[in-house]
Amino acid sequence: MSEQRAIAVTVNGKRHEAAVPVRLTLADFLRHRLGLTGTHLGCEHGVCGACTILFDGYSARSCLMLAVQADGHDIMTVEGIATDAKTLHPLQEAFRDNHGLQCGFCTPGILTTLIELLRDNPDPTEADIRIGISGNLCRCTGYHNIVAAALDAAKRMRGA
Amino acid sequence: MKPPAFSYHDPRNVADAVGLLGSLDNAKLLAGGQSLMPMLNMRYVLPDHVIDLNRVEGLDYIRDSNGALEIGAMTRQRDIEFSDLVRRRCPLMHEAIVQVGHRQTRNRGTLGGSLCHLDPAAELVSVAAALDAKVAVAGKNGARSIDFAAFPVAYMTPALEFDELLTGATFPCWPERHGHAFVEFSRRHGDFAIVSAAALLEEDGAGKVTRASLTLGGLGPAPVRARDAERALIGATIGDKRLREICEPLRKLDAVDDIHAPASYRQQLATVLSRRALLKAHERIAARARA
Repeated sequence: MSEQRAIAVTVNGKRHEAAVPVRLTLADFLRHRLGLTGTHLGCEHGVCGACTILFDGYSARSCLMLAVQADGHDIMTVEGIATDAKTLHPLQEAFRDNHGLQCGFCTPGILTTLIELLRDNPDPTEADIRIGISGNLCRCTGYHNIVAAALDAAKRMRGA
Repeated sequence: MKPPAFSYHDPRNVADAVGLLGSLDNAKLLAGGQSLMPMLNMRYVLPDHVIDLNRVEGLDYIRDSNGALEIGAMTRQRDIEFSDLVRRRCPLMHEAIVQVGHRQTRNRGTLGGSLCHLDPAAELVSVAAALDAKVAVAGKNGARSIDFAAFPVAYMTPALEFDELLTGATFPCWPERHGHAFVEFSRRHGDFAIVSAAALLEEDGAGKVTRASLTLGGLGPAPVRARDAERALIGATIGDKRLREICEPLRKLDAVDDIHAPASYRQQLATVLSRRALLKAHERIAARARA
């Protein structure tokens, strides 16, 4: 049997304790152990960005981390963006209104990436957005609506 | 994809990490994980032990020391990117680091991980070559320092003994009124460069070059300093014609063929990107003089 470790992780504000195989990736822990399947796995080698989560507030690829490394840390997944099940975050509303989801596969990684981007830079240019999401691949190959949604979200979040 | 089974160790200090390295067979060090984790997921590497450095104390710092920047091995690329000290004292590194991967990878990726992974096209590896950095290494028999020029011994192979780990690097800074440029060509933003050029210049009051550093990444197994071009630049007045003369022979540097580009294409990029980098560095000296 593979080696196990006990970990305690805060995910979307809720503390979880679990014993995990040391080779389990953080992405698989979130999806298979916690049932948080909003975090998507595309390439599983750090290229596509679909599995992006916030690790202590900073975006990171959860396929490139081990669950044991999250012990004692704070994680936010796409499920943690909205404050409750009935109310969308302005970023999510902007994606819905601008048809920014398209097929929806890359959306969780793009939303988590943009939460960080808009926190650090509330008034981004289109170029800032395009560079900011350059580590997130959309295979619908249509970044136009995604960028429009991100700019719209920035406006809404500034309260304009 | 799942990593292979391994034993996991998370030492809290350098001495314990060195002890583990010296006592465990087939161990790999895990820094930011932006290269090792993909290699584990794809099972390109099959270690029996993974020694995670993320909880090791004292390897995360950026400090100014006698005209040089000392940066700890576990300093995140993000912290280098947002460091005022780096931007002010070592603008070449700042310009290079924003071309390393993406926000999500720079948040985790480390200086030491990049230098030890030693990808031939990695931006930080070229910066270390361009600045004549020294790397600090800890091992069973204590600490030692290695000139970066002697650090790559083969393709993706650093000059570390099996029981040594990199603890940091020292980057000598150039005087305030120098010019710098890091330019690269890649297929997509954030990809490893197919070829990169890092240029540093100093000029005298009459506009003649007094000191030059030119480094090409992505051509061969490790970045190369274009020593002939550096020598030819001394005493030169930078202009388009002179730069073409100096950069044209770079086409003769050895270059690799691979799936991304044939050697001749890399050699063409070496001449073009060197010219662009040197011109930009020169223009920045003028801009700083005006400011």
